[in-house]
Amino acid sequence: MSAMCSTNRRDFLKKCLTGAAVLSANGRMGLLAAAEQQEAALAKSRVVIARDAMLRGVGTTVDSRRMLSLLDSAMQALFDHDNPTETWKKLVRPGETVGLKVNALGGRGLSSNLQLVEAICERLQEAGIKASDIVVWDRDSDEMEHVGFHVSTGGNRVQCFGTDRVDYEQELVTHGSVGSRLSKILTQRCNVLINVPVLKDHDSAGVTIALKNMYGVIHNPNKYHPNGCNPYIADLNMLPEIRTRMRLTICDATTACFEGGPGYKPEYSWKNNALIVSQDPVALDYTGWQIIERKRAEKGLKTLEGDKRAPNYIATAADAQHRLGTNDPKRIAVVDV
Amino acid sequence: MSREHNAQAGVKVLADGAAEDASLAVRGAPSPLSRPIDRRSFLQCALASGAALGVCEFAQLAVLGAIPAWAGPQKQDDSRFTVEAKFYQKLPNNKKIKCKLCPRECTVGDRERGYCGVRENHGGTYYTLVHSRVCAAHIDPVEKKPLFHYLPGTLAFSLATAGCNVNCKFCQNWDISQVRPEQVPAEYAPPKLVAELAKQHDCPTIAYTYSEPVVFSEYLMDAADAGHEAGIRSVVVSNGYMQEEALKTAYGKMDAVKIDLKAFTESYYKDVVVGELKPVLDSLVTLRKMNKWTEIVYLVVPTLNDSDTEFRGLARWVKTNLGVDVPIHFTQFHPEYLLKNLPITPVPTLERAKAIADAEGLHYVYIGNVPGHPAQNTYCPKCQRMLVERVGFTASRMLIRKGSCPFCGQPIPGVWHA
Repeated sequence: MSAMCSTNRRDFLKKCLTGAAVLSANGRMGLLAAAEQQEAALAKSRVVIARDAMLRGVGTTVDSRRMLSLLDSAMQALFDHDNPTETWKKLVRPGETVGLKVNALGGRGLSSNLQLVEAICERLQEAGIKASDIVVWDRDSDEMEHVGFHVSTGGNRVQCFGTDRVDYEQELVTHGSVGSRLSKILTQRCNVLINVPVLKDHDSAGVTIALKNMYGVIHNPNKYHPNGCNPYIADLNMLPEIRTRMRLTICDATTACFEGGPGYKPEYSWKNNALIVSQDPVALDYTGWQIIERKRAEKGLKTLEGDKRAPNYIATAADAQHRLGTNDPKRIAVVDV
Repeated sequence: MSREHNAQAGVKVLADGAAEDASLAVRGAPSPLSRPIDRRSFLQCALASGAALGVCEFAQLAVLGAIPAWAGPQKQDDSRFTVEAKFYQKLPNNKKIKCKLCPRECTVGDRERGYCGVRENHGGTYYTLVHSRVCAAHIDPVEKKPLFHYLPGTLAFSLATAGCNVNCKFCQNWDISQVRPEQVPAEYAPPKLVAELAKQHDCPTIAYTYSEPVVFSEYLMDAADAGHEAGIRSVVVSNGYMQEEALKTAYGKMDAVKIDLKAFTESYYKDVVVGELKPVLDSLVTLRKMNKWTEIVYLVVPTLNDSDTEFRGLARWVKTNLGVDVPIHFTQFHPEYLLKNLPITPVPTLERAKAIADAEGLHYVYIGNVPGHPAQNTYCPKCQRMLVERVGFTASRMLIRKGSCPFCGQPIPGVWHA
C-alpha cells in the first residue's frame, strides 16, 4: 500500500487547488507536469527504518522499554502521527482479530524478537483489541517454544501457537503456480494480518523478509523453492485470503543475517538494532534486500546476483500480473528515524 | 507421483475419525477388491507379531480419542520414523548436504528439508522422516497398479508414506503425496510387520505405491528384504524420477516396476509435473538393462499430452530403447487437484493412442481406467487370441501357460505364476 492511503481530505483538496492554479497559469502542459509530480509524490511507498544503537543497552538482550519506544518511532513515522496509540487505531478496530505471523524457523538468535512481539501486542490492546483476539503464530508450536514463545491457547491472554495445533484447511486455494492448503489460524482465527518477519539471507530465494514469510502459512512450502522461489512467492501473496488480511509488515531487523540463511549462523549475522516497517511488502523487501547487499559488500562477499541468487521474486511481485507493491526505488520513500 | 488412486486410505481415514465419510463421499465407493487395512487389523497384526511392535501402539490408540477440541492432528513421535538417508553427499560449508536420490539434487541447509518434504538435514546429516511411517495401506488386485504381466489375479499388500519429489497438477493422491509426513496420520509399520501382514492377508506381493516411493527408498529397500525373507515379492509404482545409482540400489530389490511416463515432452514435465523427462527415460533404459520387469503407464490428459506426434514419438522411443514387449497402458485422466478445468479423456483419444502404438509395432498396448474396454485384455501378438481377460481390476480368465500362448506357443513376456 502506498503513502496515498495516508493522504487526508484536506491534503487532497490542497493538492487539487494547487493543480487548478497551475492549470490557469500555464495551460495544459503545466497541468500534466503538475499531475506527474503529484502522482510521483502520492504513489511513493513509505518504508520506515527505525534504529536504536542502544536497543540492547550494554548487554545482548533487547531492552523491552527501548523496543516499545523504537516501535512507536517507526509507527509514528509511517503514519505521520505524534501519538503512538493513535497510529495503531488507524490500523485496527476493536472487535477485529489480529494475527501476528512471526518467523521462528531460524531458531534461537534469528527468529522474530519476543520483545518486539510483546510491544506490538501492548499497542494493539491499547488500540482496543482484546488480548484474546490477538494470535501470535507460525508453522509449528515446538519451533515457537524453542525460540522462546510461550504457547497459550485459552483464557483471556494473547493466543500463541502453531498451525500444528489446528491444522490446515482441507480445501486447496490456488493462484498461478501455487496450490496450497492454508493455515486455519489465518482463515479462521484472524481477519487482520500483521507480518513480523526477520531480515535474512536465504540460500534459494536470495533474501527472505516480508513476502517469503507467507511460506509459513501453507502446508507445502517445500514445493515452492525451485527457481529462487519465483514466481511462487508472488503468486502465494496474491491469494485473497492473505492479501485481504495483510495490513502491515513490521520486519525485525534487530539481528539480521547477510549470508548462510535462513538458519542462524552467528558468523553471518549482525546486531542491526533496527525495525523496518511498511504497508508495502514489496517496497519493504526491496529495501531490506539493499541493506543485506550493503552488508555483504562490507564483508567482501559477492552480490546476490553474483552469487546467482538475486531475489527476482521481488520484481515479479511488483509486475503487472501481481501489483503487490513497488520495487522501483524512485517510488519508495525510505524514512530513517 | 503414482497414478494409482489411493481409493480409501484406510489407515489415514480411520485415524482421522470424522474424515472417513467425507473421504468416501468425495471419492465414491471403494472397489470390493480394494480392501483398506483398518487400524484395528493393523494393530492386531502388530500385536501378533510381538517383537515387531511394542506397547506404544496401545498408548497411541488411547491417545487418539482424547485430543482436545481445539487440537489439530496428533503429534507423532518422529524419532522412530527417522533413519539416516542413504543417498546424499555432505558438503563442506554450513553443514549443508546435497541429496543424491533424485535428479533435483536439492542442496539442503541445516534444519531444512528437500523438495519432497520428507527428508531433513540435522547438523549436516540427512535423514528420511518416513521410514516405516505408513499413511495409507490397502489390499489391492495387482491389476490396479496396473501390472498386467505380473502374477495376474493376485493381491498386493499396498502401502505408502507421505511425500513426492514432483508436483503433478493432476495428482489423485495429492492429500498424501503433497504433504509433509507430520501433516497426515500414520502408523508405525516396520519392514518385518509389513511382510507379516502381507502373508497373513494372502498377498504374494508388497506394492509401494499411491504417493511416490522414490522418497521412501530406504523403507522400500528394507521392506523388500523382509518380504523376500518371508517369501513375499515386491513391486513399485513410481515416476522413475530418480538418480541412476539410487535406482539401481533401491529398485534392484524389486520384482517388477511400473513407471508413470507422464508425457513425452520436456515442456509438459516442466509445466505440469514440475520435473524432467530425460531422467525418467534414462531410468527406463536402466531398468531394461537390469532386466527388471517394467510396465509403463501414460496418463492421457486432454489438450496437454494427447497429440499424434507425442504418441508416435513415445511408441518409437519405446520400440527403439526398450523393445516391443514392454506393456504400455494409456489411461484415462479424471479432473483432480490443480487440473479440474479439463474434461475426462474421451475414450476415442485413448483408442487413437493405442492405434498409433500398435501401428508402430508395440505388442502390448492397453487402455486403462475404462472398465470393460476390450483393450484391457491381453492378446497374443502372434495369433491374436485373447490370453488374459480382465473385468475392471479382476483377471477373470488366465490362459497363459508356462509363459506362452497355449494356442500358438508364442512366448509372452512377464512374471507369471510358477
